[in-house]
Amino acid sequence: MNWIWFHKLGSPKWFFQWANKWSKFAFFIGVLLLTIGVVWGLGFAPADYQQGNSFRIIYIHVPTAILAQSCYLGLGVAGIVSLVWRMKMAPVFIKAVAPLGAVMALIALISGAIWGKPTWGAWWVWDARLTSVLILFLLYMGVIAIQNSLDDMQLADKAVAVISVVGLINLPIIKYSVEWWNTLHQPATFTITAKPAMPMEMWLPLLLSTLGMYGFIAGVAMWRMQAEVLVREHRANWVKKEVLDNGI
Amino acid sequence: MHPVRKKRLITISAILVIIGAAVGLMLYALQQNINLFYSPSQIAEGEAPDNVMLRVGGMVVENSVKRDSQTLAVQFEVTDFAHKVTIQYKGILPDLFREGQGIVAQGKLNQDNVLIAQEVLAKHDEKYMPPEIAEALDKAKQKTESN
Repeated sequence: MNWIWFHKLGSPKWFFQWANKWSKFAFFIGVLLLTIGVVWGLGFAPADYQQGNSFRIIYIHVPTAILAQSCYLGLGVAGIVSLVWRMKMAPVFIKAVAPLGAVMALIALISGAIWGKPTWGAWWVWDARLTSVLILFLLYMGVIAIQNSLDDMQLADKAVAVISVVGLINLPIIKYSVEWWNTLHQPATFTITAKPAMPMEMWLPLLLSTLGMYGFIAGVAMWRMQAEVLVREHRANWVKKEVLDNGI
Repeated sequence: MHPVRKKRLITISAILVIIGAAVGLMLYALQQNINLFYSPSQIAEGEAPDNVMLRVGGMVVENSVKRDSQTLAVQFEVTDFAHKVTIQYKGILPDLFREGQGIVAQGKLNQDNVLIAQEVLAKHDEKYMPPEIAEALDKAKQKTESN
C-alpha cells in the first residue's frame, strides 16, 4: 500500500496548501447538500404515521448525532497517530475538531430532548443511549478543558491524545446501547444488513443532510487546522512567505 | 515499522484492551441498573422489588385500556407476549399512547403486582412511514384477515 499521502498530510506545510484547495470545496458542497436536505426534510418529506410532523427533527438530530460520533472516532485515531508516530498534524487535528464535535453532541442532545418531549413524554430519561451520548459530550469537554488548561503545549497535546484514545471505548457503547440494554430510545433505523426501516422519500433528504453535515464540518475543521498550523509554525519560513504573499 | 513506534503501538493497544475489559466487566456487573425498565416476565418471576420506584416496559394490550369517565384515572395492561402487568395511572398520557404501542411506566408495585404509575412514557420503534402507506398496509391486513 502507498502511504505517501499519509506522510504528506503529516507535514504542516503540505497540509496547509492541500487545505487551501479543498476546504472551500468541502464547505460549499456541504452547505449546499445540508440546505437541500434540511429544507426537503422539514418542508416536503411526508409526515410519519405515528409521530406526525414532530418526527421531522430527525433531519437535524441524526446528522448531528452521527457527526458527534464520527468526530470522536477521528479524535481517537488522531490520538493513536499522535502517540505512536508523533506526527505534527495529529494534535492539530484533535485541537481543531474537539470543539466541533462538542457542538455536534450538544445539538444532538438538545434536539433529542425537544423530540423526546412530544413523542415519549419526557425531555430526558437516564437510559443507556442518552447517558452514553452525554458521556461523549463530557469527554469532548474534558479534551477541550485539558487542552486549554496546560500551558506546556507538548504536555497538553499528549494528555488530550491519551483521553481521546481512551474515550474510543464509549463509541461501541453508544452504538450498541440500544441492543444490549432495555432503553427508551428506539434501535437503529439504518443497518448495513437490512433495508432501511423508512421509505426513500424519507431517507433521501436524511442522507443529503448527513453528507452535507460531513462536508460542512470537514471545511470548518480544515480552516481551524490551518489557523492552528500558522500559530504553531509561525517561525517557519514558508509561513512568513505565505502570510506576506496572501495575507491572513 | 520502526521498533520504537511498534513498542508504543503495542503499549497503547494493551492499555485500550485492558480499559475496554474493565469497562465491559463494569457494565456487565451493572446490567440490571442500566436497563431502563423491567419486562412483565421479570416481574412475574419476582425479580422486581415491591414498594420501590421502578419502571415497567411493554406493549399495551389491545382492549385493555379502561378510562374513568369522571377523572383522568386510567388502567391498562402491558405485555411482553409472555406475561402481563396491570398498570394504574392518573394523569395525561403522551400523544403516542395507544393500544399496541410500547410504553414505559414508572411507579411502585403493590402486593397484587399492580404498578401504581406516576409517569407513563411512550416508546416508539425504529420504523417510519407516511400515513398513506400505513393506511394502505392496514387495509391490506384487514382484507387478508377477513378472507
